[in-house]
Amino acid sequence: MTALAVLTGHYLRTSFGSKVSLAFGAVQPFLFLVLFGPLFARSGVGSWAVLVPGLLVQLALTSAGMAGFGIVFDQRFGVLERLRVAPVSPVTLLLGRVLRDSLVLLVQAVAIIVAGYALGLRAPLPGVLAALLLMTVLSVGMASLSYAAALTMRQELFAPVMSTVVVPLMLLSGALLPMSLAPAWLDVVSRLTPFRYAVEGLRALFSGSYGASAVLWGVVVSLALAIGGLALGANRFRWEKA
Amino acid sequence: MIHVRGLTKTFGTAEAVRGIDVDVSAGEIVGFLGPNGAGKTTTLRMLTTLLRPTSGTATVAGADLFADPVAVRRRIGYVAQGGAFGPFTPVGDELVLQARLHGLSRAEARARVTSLLAALDLAGVEERTTVMLSGGQKRRLDIAMGLLHRPGLLFLDEPTTGLDPQSRANLWDHIRRLRERDGVTVFLTTHYLEEADALCDRILIIDHGRIVAEGTPDRLKAEHGARTLDEVFLAVTGRELREGAAA
Ligand SMILES: Nc1ncnc2c1ncn2[C@@H]1O[C@H](COP(=O)(O)OP(=O)(O)OP(=O)(O)O)[C@@H](O)[C@H]1O
Ligand SMILES: [Mg+2]
Repeated sequence: MTALAVLTGHYLRTSFGSKVSLAFGAVQPFLFLVLFGPLFARSGVGSWAVLVPGLLVQLALTSAGMAGFGIVFDQRFGVLERLRVAPVSPVTLLLGRVLRDSLVLLVQAVAIIVAGYALGLRAPLPGVLAALLLMTVLSVGMASLSYAAALTMRQELFAPVMSTVVVPLMLLSGALLPMSLAPAWLDVVSRLTPFRYAVEGLRALFSGSYGASAVLWGVVVSLALAIGGLALGANRFRWEKA
Repeated sequence: MIHVRGLTKTFGTAEAVRGIDVDVSAGEIVGFLGPNGAGKTTTLRMLTTLLRPTSGTATVAGADLFADPVAVRRRIGYVAQGGAFGPFTPVGDELVLQARLHGLSRAEARARVTSLLAALDLAGVEERTTVMLSGGQKRRLDIAMGLLHRPGLLFLDEPTTGLDPQSRANLWDHIRRLRERDGVTVFLTTHYLEEADALCDRILIIDHGRIVAEGTPDRLKAEHGARTLDEVFLAVTGRELREGAAA
């Protein structure tokens, strides 16, 4: 437990030490909010309360999805190996990073939501808080999977592969335009990807329909992703079998 | 301190370590020598719980390598051949982190880092990143990292590579002091055979994944009618190369 706190603290200090990269992480969804949001809000597709949850999932996907990039350097410079000789469990080594990633994401998400309010977003506070919680669970899963991928594939492949994989996952989640507009085949494909459920869960929470089945599905799928991701990721911190 | 039987490691079809037995008693300084690619680093990475052996058994620092790797890690220090610091974080932060993962409080960790850096002639580098340090300074930092938690058993993979004669002599003294004062056991690799001769109680020579010679430096020299360890090394390693050339 102390080891986890020590690790998370160390990584947080590193991340929050660089305010520039912290701010940069939120630039993309912020641009969508300002340059795409007004269009979206007037298109008749949905309100700000439909767009903002989508942007949160987009943020979780891209920023937590690329989290593994940092560990590529740690692996190359022997930092990871050194940490793995410390008397700390693999799950702790993974969670220390993942908790940092989730906290960074949380700060960025709050900034996006506040900006959304300024632009016309109206959503109940309990719904927003619950949505942030759900997004955190989702990001734990996503970041863990990202680390697992980074420690599995050849180092130079990680960045190009992950940044490509994230695009269809994002489009299929309906984060930008709700999948209710999709033709049947696209809707079916979309239902096969986990982030669709997260987006719809977040939207239900933002609209205050806490009892909707979309919320339940969002929670179930996000939890499954988090547990599966942690198991897979931690396994990559155990000793090498190669 | 170390008891290994039939340890092997196969990468794909390449047999890097082919069934070695190793015994090291408490308080010994043992030199693990061998040509490039002989299997030294692979062996060390297995004994430090980083790499899963293909087969064999091992007890390291009193704990079973397979059953209780965390206990092994608590009791050992490891200085890897390739270093342990990233280029972006101040080295003091990394050292304090590692010490705290070994259970030291923040204050203890800070104090330990300060005194250890001073002992290795690195006082005051805490705020720097490795980019601002010389090769030899970086190497000494790696060594500091492995000593932080005062382990009873030290694995050093080519600790003195890149060190100037002064730093090298200083490190030898440091290692000897650790043994005299704290009874630390040391298992180290090196390509400097005079160093192994001067520092080690006992030598193991590995070649193509097999132990090909073992004994005190003096006994090895006597056995091979050699004046130096270099001559012993050349006599016992690369046999396959020579036989291949003769055939
Ligand atoms: N991860 C790996 N995958 C495949 N082969 C490997 C791997 N690590 C080491 N090897 C091979 O195993 C053999 C032993 O390598 P090892 O690093 O143990 O040698 P070494 O004795 O430490 O050499 P050096 O003196 O050059 O450091 C080499 O043939 C090497 O190519
Ligand atoms: Mg080596």
